[in-house]
Amino acid sequence: MSDVAPAPLPGFGVGRAMRRVVGRGFPWIAASILLLVLVCALGSPLIAPHAPDAISLRDAMQPPVWQEGGTARFLLGTDNLGRDILSRIIAGARISVTIAAYAIVLSGFIGALLGMAAGYFGGVVDAVISRLIDIQMSVPALPLAMLFAAVLPPGEAMVVIVIVLTYWTWYARIVRGEVLSLRERDYIALAKVAGVSTPMIFLRHLTPNILNIMLVLATLQFGSVIVFEAGLSFLGLGIQPPQVSWGGMLADGRNFIEVAWWLITIPGIAIMAACLASNLLGDWLRDTFDPMRRQI
Amino acid sequence: MRRYVLNRLWQGAVAVVGALLIVFVAQRLSGDPVALLLPMDATEADFEAMRRALGLDRPLPVQFVVFLRDALTGDFGHSYLWNMPAMDLVLERLPATLELALAGLVFALALAVPLGVLSAVHRGGWIDNAAKLFAMLGQAMPGFWVGLLLIVFVAVQLQWLPAYGRGTVGHLILPAIALGWYPVAAMTRTLRSAMLDIMQSDYVRMERAIGLPERAIVWRFALRNAAVPLVTLIGVYFANMLGGAFVIEVVFAWPGVGRAVVEAVFARDFPVVQAGVILAAVIFVVVNLIVDLTYGLIDPRIRHE
Repeated sequence: MSDVAPAPLPGFGVGRAMRRVVGRGFPWIAASILLLVLVCALGSPLIAPHAPDAISLRDAMQPPVWQEGGTARFLLGTDNLGRDILSRIIAGARISVTIAAYAIVLSGFIGALLGMAAGYFGGVVDAVISRLIDIQMSVPALPLAMLFAAVLPPGEAMVVIVIVLTYWTWYARIVRGEVLSLRERDYIALAKVAGVSTPMIFLRHLTPNILNIMLVLATLQFGSVIVFEAGLSFLGLGIQPPQVSWGGMLADGRNFIEVAWWLITIPGIAIMAACLASNLLGDWLRDTFDPMRRQI
Repeated sequence: MRRYVLNRLWQGAVAVVGALLIVFVAQRLSGDPVALLLPMDATEADFEAMRRALGLDRPLPVQFVVFLRDALTGDFGHSYLWNMPAMDLVLERLPATLELALAGLVFALALAVPLGVLSAVHRGGWIDNAAKLFAMLGQAMPGFWVGLLLIVFVAVQLQWLPAYGRGTVGHLILPAIALGWYPVAAMTRTLRSAMLDIMQSDYVRMERAIGLPERAIVWRFALRNAAVPLVTLIGVYFANMLGGAFVIEVVFAWPGVGRAVVEAVFARDFPVVQAGVILAAVIFVVVNLIVDLTYGLIDPRIRHE
């Protein structure tokens, strides 16, 4: 962080960000992929050519259209029950994005609040919250997820809880660091002297300054959450059938690994594309908002 | 130094107790922990006995102390599926998991060290760009999917290597790749930026001036110094790989801790899940502790004041 940065920028520099978007360097492909995923998520029932759970045994195990034996009716082929892979990918986007949205908002909110409190108050508050972060980080994410999968009923809520538990530390650590340096600034001292209440200082003076970094983290977290959720669902501990998820599709396809390569290839490409896009966009956002941290 | 070690040990202990607390809370979250800890065909008398053994009528903090005491004496309950102490069952599987994680680490380093060094030496060249692309893909492809692809294309179609199980070195290769690919990105990046710094340092200029061959400068002197930040990452990634192995083991039917825990989740064999999670947390804390404490040995410039 540079020390010369002025007090809170109005908003978070929308005009400046826009100029950068139009300028060079914006990862257009990544942004387009993410947009496509979002459109699929929001409009899945309208876009999907078939119902994602429509079983048609006569059409079972059709390869994708470009392979011999494929038909244009099922562009990406069908699974062992004759369900359309393309429609299931689109439906899976809806689940992935929904889970990611809940998880990001909740872990971002909890993490930012705790991080701000730790950084601003220091002392005992900081010690307690920092220890909490240490403890949380001393349990690897997957085993922790399995622990909760063993005690909570499986499904979307459980997945969101596990992700929030794992990821709030991301936000808390970084926000704490930012606030530690922010609280030494003159305008915070002035606000205190002027009798501004603590909640107001958090809301008006600290929050605007951490929005940039929060946006970067949220973008990066999106890809990470998609992979994490897919892993849980793949193991059968996450999203449960009949709901469609990309990880669940991989688990189903695993049984036909020797006869139908597309069943495990296509959902994986969806996961990879979404994650790659969010990483690229996140990196770009970080470089744009915070040139000091740009990687060489 | 001594104070640092004590402080670090204390932090490690707090983290382990914290992990135990998380397990304890998870146990109570389920409503009736007795239902978790007893098989489904347990009788009412079993329930009563278990409640008394766990002291469920006592206040929660007391219960936690009892739980801690049991944990410290190595008592994590009994697997009702396999009729043996849960921790023994998990420990029995640990060598397989360690073997896999170690193989993953070797694979990651075998790729990351040359990639990191070469992309720093030929900055902006094709190796640098290829390494970037490779690293980007590695971070976006979930390990279990890489594993599935390897099974389809290398094991099933090309029939080069076995797809499932543990035994020969051949069995180890595919799971190690699936597990080791992810950290390559971060390792390469860390080594690359450390190398870039060091290649501009005075002593490298000095070595060049006295006419040492460039190859020796890069691989013998610069790499040794640039490896320090990488060594910290190795500990963190080894610990993470032990966690990541939980999924990879399922993909490759690898008989490790992770597969045991996943099977236990489905069989509602909670004591085994609990033992597996605690073991993972303890290893994680210990590995990180070792890394922090050996820092000074690797780089004598770092002494913990």
